Amino acid sequence: MCTKEIMEPDIDRPAATHRPRSPADLFVAFTVMAIQGFGGVLGIVQHELVERRKWLTREEFLEHWTMAQVMPGPNVVNLSLMVGASHFGLRGALAALMGLILLPLVLVLALAMVYRSFAGHPAVGGAIKGMSIVAAALITANGIRLFSGLRSNPLGKYLCAAAGGLAFFATAVLRLPLVYVILGVGIPASVIAYLRVAK
Amino acid sequence: MTETPALDMTLSDWTAMLVHFLSLSIVAVGGAITTVPEMHRYLVTEERWLSDTQFSASISLAQAAPGPNILFVALLGWNIGLNSGSVVMGLLGVTLSMIGILVPGAALSYFVARWGHTHRDHPAVRAFKAGMAPVVIALLVSTGSTLAGAAEAGSPVSWTIFGIAVVTLCQFQVHILWLLASGALIGCVAWG
Repeated sequence: MCTKEIMEPDIDRPAATHRPRSPADLFVAFTVMAIQGFGGVLGIVQHELVERRKWLTREEFLEHWTMAQVMPGPNVVNLSLMVGASHFGLRGALAALMGLILLPLVLVLALAMVYRSFAGHPAVGGAIKGMSIVAAALITANGIRLFSGLRSNPLGKYLCAAAGGLAFFATAVLRLPLVYVILGVGIPASVIAYLRVAK
Repeated sequence: MTETPALDMTLSDWTAMLVHFLSLSIVAVGGAITTVPEMHRYLVTEERWLSDTQFSASISLAQAAPGPNILFVALLGWNIGLNSGSVVMGLLGVTLSMIGILVPGAALSYFVARWGHTHRDHPAVRAFKAGMAPVVIALLVSTGSTLAGAAEAGSPVSWTIFGIAVVTLCQFQVHILWLLASGALIGCVAWG
């Protein structure tokens, strides 16, 4: 049962074209995403929720993701709770979270047992390193893809670029803890956005 | 410390571990991965429940396995349990560590997100999200590059793999499994 999309180009909140049918649907979707997510689920989550299942637009994803990132705890876990909750309340949140965690937990424990017998083998170590670099690239690529979600941002192109550049510099080069970046860049940017939105 | 410790975990040890993860859950803004240094200090250096090898293997295994990276915490609990003698203890470690790292943060996020969702049209909520959005995107870009830099101490080979993978992912529709398999193969040859 999908809600029909009504294209209204000048509205700043375009609706997603599809939605999950039930908590079970959420559970299955998040399980499918979780077991595809090698080296972290974030890359897959954006692809599945936005591009494939179309449960969220890029703008909605970015909104959820922003909240998921500034809240404590694993981002993807927070995201699953929010997406689940926005459709089916607490039931939806728990269904999505369990989907994300349960099967991968069983798999990772099985892998840990297998690993015990191969731990010393250098080829295994090399392969794991190679995979984790690709997984890291996936996270970066997702960040780059989300740029287009900034188009309707009240800050405008230049302030977005400035805030993003500053945040990147602070975390990637200066290695500052996230908290300083949120307080030092995110909050001032929010204040400017507030002045523009409230105008 | 590289030797695997043999433990006799008492009820108060397990409680201490649970409390450790419960408290980290609340401060883990940016994901549990940001609290890794603190976990290492407590579990390996202070309590000596895990060896260094076990600690770092738990993180790379969880990275390599499908599923959220947070499962490295489950593996930490699992290894502490195994170090104290049995698979049953291992499962107890998994359960306690996951409850600890998930419940407080998840509960807080759930309620704040609900509040934010109900008030999403309030100018302050919209402004907060708008102001944070470019920061959050920058964080993704930098998390990726930090993780890539951490692998093999940012050698030219690893940066090359990283660069090619980023461009491929942004420009072409390739299934991530193909890229991961290629990464594994190159890693095998380069560092195996």
